[in-house]
Amino acid sequence: MITHEKAVFARYEAFEILTRENYSEVTYMLEVHHPMMARAAQPGQFVIVMSHATGERIPLTIADFDRQKGTITLVIQAVGKTTKEMQQTCQAGTALYGMAGPMGIPSHVTNARRVICVGGGLGVAPVYPQARALKEGGAYVIGVLGYRTKDLIFWEDKFRAICDELIICTNDGSAGLKGFVTDGIKQAIAQYPDIDEIIAIGPPVMMKASAQATKPFGIKTMVSLNPIMVDGTGMCGGCRVKVGEKVKFACVDGPDFDGHQVDFDDLMVRLRRYKEEERAATERWSESCRMAQVPA
Amino acid sequence: MAKKRTVRTIPQERIPVSELDPFIRARNFEEVNCGYTESEAIRESERCLFCPDPKCIDGCPVSINIPAFIQKIGERDFRGAYDIITATNLLPAVCGRVCPQENQCEGVCTVGESLVSVAIGRMERFVGDLAITNGWINKPYIQPSEFKIGIVGSGPAGMACAADMAKAGCDVTVFEAFHEAGGVLRYGIPDFRLPNTVVDAEIEKLEQLGVKFECNTLVGRLFTIDEMIEELGFDAVFIGTGAGYPTLLGIPGDSLNGVLSANELLTRCNLMRARDFPNVDTPLPLGKHVVVVGAGNTAMDALRVSKRLGAETVACVYRRSKNECPARAEEVHHAEQEGIEFHWLANPVDILGDGNGNVRAVRCIHMELGEPDDSGRRRPVPIPGSEFEIETDEVVYAIGTNANPIIGQTSKLKLNKRGYIETDSNLMTSMAGVFAGGDIVTGAATVIEAMGAGRKAARGMKDFLGIRDIGPLRIDRSLFGIDAREHNFMRVRVGA
Repeated sequence: MITHEKAVFARYEAFEILTRENYSEVTYMLEVHHPMMARAAQPGQFVIVMSHATGERIPLTIADFDRQKGTITLVIQAVGKTTKEMQQTCQAGTALYGMAGPMGIPSHVTNARRVICVGGGLGVAPVYPQARALKEGGAYVIGVLGYRTKDLIFWEDKFRAICDELIICTNDGSAGLKGFVTDGIKQAIAQYPDIDEIIAIGPPVMMKASAQATKPFGIKTMVSLNPIMVDGTGMCGGCRVKVGEKVKFACVDGPDFDGHQVDFDDLMVRLRRYKEEERAATERWSESCRMAQVPA
Repeated sequence: MAKKRTVRTIPQERIPVSELDPFIRARNFEEVNCGYTESEAIRESERCLFCPDPKCIDGCPVSINIPAFIQKIGERDFRGAYDIITATNLLPAVCGRVCPQENQCEGVCTVGESLVSVAIGRMERFVGDLAITNGWINKPYIQPSEFKIGIVGSGPAGMACAADMAKAGCDVTVFEAFHEAGGVLRYGIPDFRLPNTVVDAEIEKLEQLGVKFECNTLVGRLFTIDEMIEELGFDAVFIGTGAGYPTLLGIPGDSLNGVLSANELLTRCNLMRARDFPNVDTPLPLGKHVVVVGAGNTAMDALRVSKRLGAETVACVYRRSKNECPARAEEVHHAEQEGIEFHWLANPVDILGDGNGNVRAVRCIHMELGEPDDSGRRRPVPIPGSEFEIETDEVVYAIGTNANPIIGQTSKLKLNKRGYIETDSNLMTSMAGVFAGGDIVTGAATVIEAMGAGRKAARGMKDFLGIRDIGPLRIDRSLFGIDAREHNFMRVRVGA
């Protein structure tokens, strides 16, 4: 157990956003003030956030935490109504309506000596604290970060500071290795026959591919699953995933699981559950934005 | 001296209560049971025999002095009735609505032996609602003690413990993981049975007693139970985190889109108000043909919510018969009135998909009752070859729950084999000063039992901390020229 400052309770009326940065047209970062959460947060954990009183509860991985400053960092991709709306409304100085956590079982930071930490797209953010913790534990950390194109790259500097080696992959070859993170993984495995563990976080299709790539080598591969969630505290079962023969709840049994046991196809089907409602909600919201801009 | 009542002299029929028309109410979330008017409540109070040995008091899990409050109703002293009820039951507006009275007070009522029992629950609800409308609160003079109490979970168990400890002068904070307090009263029980406005009113009364509610606080993860005692300065802690972890059937097709737990359906609908989607952001699964597996109160809620959300057909599949069904009788009755179909003695074996990951039908098998199992109920046994299919696009599981795992995961509290917290007879856990009660100890039970546990734990807590409780002040005549009705009394400690 990592030693920490003594707990002090403070009440928050709302959760203030201290810093806001845009990493690309779709990816943005929020640094939220919550000293108690910053104190308690461990790599691998997430929060559930509501941006306003009639909003959805959405899970967001804690991408970084600063215990001195008392803040946690969330990196968000604007893909649906809620995240697109937050992209507009969540500026520095505004506040989130609800934020609860840190949820999930903290990542088990092992005594692995040589590890590969893989982040695909937005997955770069949640893998950062795990990579840092492994580095602090004395491991040799190879970072593999994958983006679609050069313009979407973020946190390269942060990773260079904590990784012994960094492999950047872009799908279109505009920077680093041309290809997917699996190409980066294979390159690293080819170079080091003694990889103890791999951590892969990103879209389900990427985590599935990464697990498939490492399976022939028998290297333990941990993934962090992102099913739809409502409460995040183990009482609705909406986030259930199939791991081996068992059904687990990602919010209280995860979110980290053994990538070689996870049924990714099932996860991807279940992620489509509200596709229609999401599409309609996004359209309605875009329409209302357009109408708000029309001069009276 | 009033003429002594007998079964023959009292009104023979129970005074009926107005209810919304089933056809209309099945499309909205208005409260179905409209409650008694004043004259109806008084008339119903005339049916109580004031038995010399009232069995109803023992039938109540918290032993409310039922004949006494009924007598006050008869005397039109509604405030007095409220005082009597709240001496033991904190939330009459809630319990009058959701207690399974037919298995408790009304089930042992003497009048019920020859006629329909006295409508104790409806009268309790009448008093509770009047208290909310009139803003009554029994706020005794509270002498502050120096003790700080933490309550984990803002459901009925936590609320009851909080109220008692606040009345004993302690500094009480209730922690809630959700963004709104109330626990199962908020997320689980729908508005047409227990309006959220009633839950709000009861929470406000607790705040008036000095109880603080902190939402968005996930105890166990944001800080642990250990940290509460060792670092955050709490002198005692009560854990009322409930048993919300849903049980799944474990049959093929469980994870198809359109299969969900009743907890998920109800949380989306009640807490997240998804029934107002798209005016709120949380979506709901809106099946045309909904099947709910199970026949407890949660199943009834899921069935009736689905009806109101616009499903064309709503059916219940339960593996035992109607006689063994555990739901509150009024809920089953209301569900039938609202046009919900019941498939008794049937159990799902397989959920069939449409090839795109969505549910299209559930294959069930007929059951018959065999030998009794450990609970004493006859065990249902499948009848071979009797499979049948029900076309459905939404299957809701309401077949039971398990302990919430978070406190168990984040503390060294002793748990039993099934993950519930072990307590001694004073509801203290294996950690000194840490108490637990409600579903997290007993498994899924009722609101009134949870409240009873909260109160019992409060007694244990006061004992542990050495708080000498003077007890509630009962004044029923005027003293020093001050009328009891003025509620103007202050409790003063004399001597050292």
